[in-house]
Amino acid sequence: MARTIAVELASVTKRFGDVTAVDNTSLQLYDGEFFSLLGPSGCGKTTILRMLAGFEYPTSGSITIHGREMGHTPPYKRPVNTVFQSYALFPHMTVEQNVAFGLEMKNAPKAEIKTRVVEALEMVRLGEYGNRRPRQLSGGQQQRVALARALVNQPEVLLLDEPLAALDEKLRKEMQLELKGLQERLGITFLFVTHDQEEALTMSDRIGVMNRGHILQVGNPIEIYERPTSRFVADFIGETNFVSGTVCELHGNIAAINTAAGQTLRGLAQQGVQVGQPVTISIRPEKVFLTPISNGTPPTPPSKHMNAMPVQVERINYIGSDTRIIVRLHDGNTFDVWESNTRSTLDRDEYWQPGEAALLSWPEENALVLTE
Amino acid sequence: MAEETLVRPLPQAAARPAQRNRWGERALQINAFFAYFFLYAPIAILVIFSFSNSSFAGVWGGFTFDWYIRLFQNARLMEALRNSVYVALISTTLATMIGTLVALGMERFRFKGRTSLDAVLYLPIVIPDIVMAVMLLLFFSTALQLINGMFGTAMRMNLTTVIIAHVAFNISFVAVVVRASLKSFDWRMEEAAQDLGANEWATFRRITLPLILPGIVGGALLGFTLSLDDYVIAAFTTGPGFSTLPIEVFSRVRRSITPEINAISTIMLLASVLLVVASQIFQSRQHR
Repeated sequence: MARTIAVELASVTKRFGDVTAVDNTSLQLYDGEFFSLLGPSGCGKTTILRMLAGFEYPTSGSITIHGREMGHTPPYKRPVNTVFQSYALFPHMTVEQNVAFGLEMKNAPKAEIKTRVVEALEMVRLGEYGNRRPRQLSGGQQQRVALARALVNQPEVLLLDEPLAALDEKLRKEMQLELKGLQERLGITFLFVTHDQEEALTMSDRIGVMNRGHILQVGNPIEIYERPTSRFVADFIGETNFVSGTVCELHGNIAAINTAAGQTLRGLAQQGVQVGQPVTISIRPEKVFLTPISNGTPPTPPSKHMNAMPVQVERINYIGSDTRIIVRLHDGNTFDVWESNTRSTLDRDEYWQPGEAALLSWPEENALVLTE
Repeated sequence: MAEETLVRPLPQAAARPAQRNRWGERALQINAFFAYFFLYAPIAILVIFSFSNSSFAGVWGGFTFDWYIRLFQNARLMEALRNSVYVALISTTLATMIGTLVALGMERFRFKGRTSLDAVLYLPIVIPDIVMAVMLLLFFSTALQLINGMFGTAMRMNLTTVIIAHVAFNISFVAVVVRASLKSFDWRMEEAAQDLGANEWATFRRITLPLILPGIVGGALLGFTLSLDDYVIAAFTTGPGFSTLPIEVFSRVRRSITPEINAISTIMLLASVLLVVASQIFQSRQHR
């Protein structure tokens, strides 16, 4: 199915004085998708959002929305609406007046404004709060008013600037689901800016991971988590262990790496990996096995496609759903291992003990060989 | 029972420091009494004697409203009052518009020379009135001489020059008050409005102006009071035959203090207090 492009950034650069906030970045958003820009603060994600909203103009490059060049079009002439991090509700207006503001500016007929405002407030489950002032509402309710105020204008793209950052944990989880549900129902393109990777993974159809003004990788949540293409993305999304070494052999997409400690490890090679190249292997802590070594004799790895190394258990953190174990490798580095607590038991002997010897192993396709 | 045990320790604990500081506390009370006495005793005397049925300003001759009635029958005083209100209304309106724009410009934009402009803006507030008055007198006489010489006119100082002078010092006061209220204004409100389709003018009219209006009204009321109360600058910049109320009152006092003066002063006092209170109320409304 050919998908229409809602938003296109072509070689966009934005400089603030000497600082380059967005550096020669290109990006396409499809119609009706939930796209998240994810990155640490100051990575340029908010600048991209503000350029789409029209609050900033690009230093160079072009931004089009449904094929129309936005250039220096002021915010009030763009087919987008924004949900601000601070909500920015108008304190001197009621909830109803806030939501009606956009339609009034477009000179919509009074009767239409009335019905659409009611619909929008029903949609965010605030039907009875129309006459309240923003300050009389809780944070979550204000958030929903901000959402209704933007969506009532039926924007071609809805821009959301870390809208959930100010909410507490539980409410944030609720709002994530609500937001995703709303987006699926309305079919409006959402551009969601966040620094919270879990939020991005939960809600997005696709994620763009940003750092220092560049979009490093674009993909769906599974691709981003399972196949990061750079050390930064592997590190920023979820948690991971890094082992560095040099490529010594390549068999199809499996690379063998000599580590500094003199071991040979195998992993899934990224495109472009070459023999002799210095690389980093990324292994997620939940994608490895830890098996006890009895009587001091190390067991052989379960298969020849497994990497294996003897380790010593150093610390055990029981966190309920998982047990997080820190083990020490022979070269002195530590390695994180997460085991799901799939069985329920109070028996202490069933858990790892500090100082225990164990074998750490993982299938070669669970490790990623990254060039950066 | 439970209440008693809760209440008992408190007076004991409070009694000791109170004992120790008794003299200090007493001295503070006396000081406060004198401070307020010096501030308000003259005002009280003024108000009381404005109701005195005696043609000597300092003699009590029984209660009467006569002086107030006479006041309103006095054509010269009434004309001076009309002049004062006229000058205050026009100068306040102009100063409020200019001062508000100055405040908006100073708060919104970062530009070269902003810091020095900022400092200069407050100058008319700290310059002594008399210096300001002499400056303006010099300015007007030079300017009028120049204009009259160029166009062969015979323009002289009148209420218009007073209005210009009052605008000159009121801009600073309005700008200071409006800027204070802009400090708490969330500029993202403007972005939000533009995002919702409001152009610059609609954003100002529907969002910015209503949100900073309490500050503007507060500034305007303060300016109105200052214009109404001003004697020194008005006296220097007006021409013969154009008196504002303070000028008229002062010229009468030079002859003799009559209870009529007490009455007009009481009315001016009342008006000033009401305006300042209103100004404070408007300024505090924004922060609620």
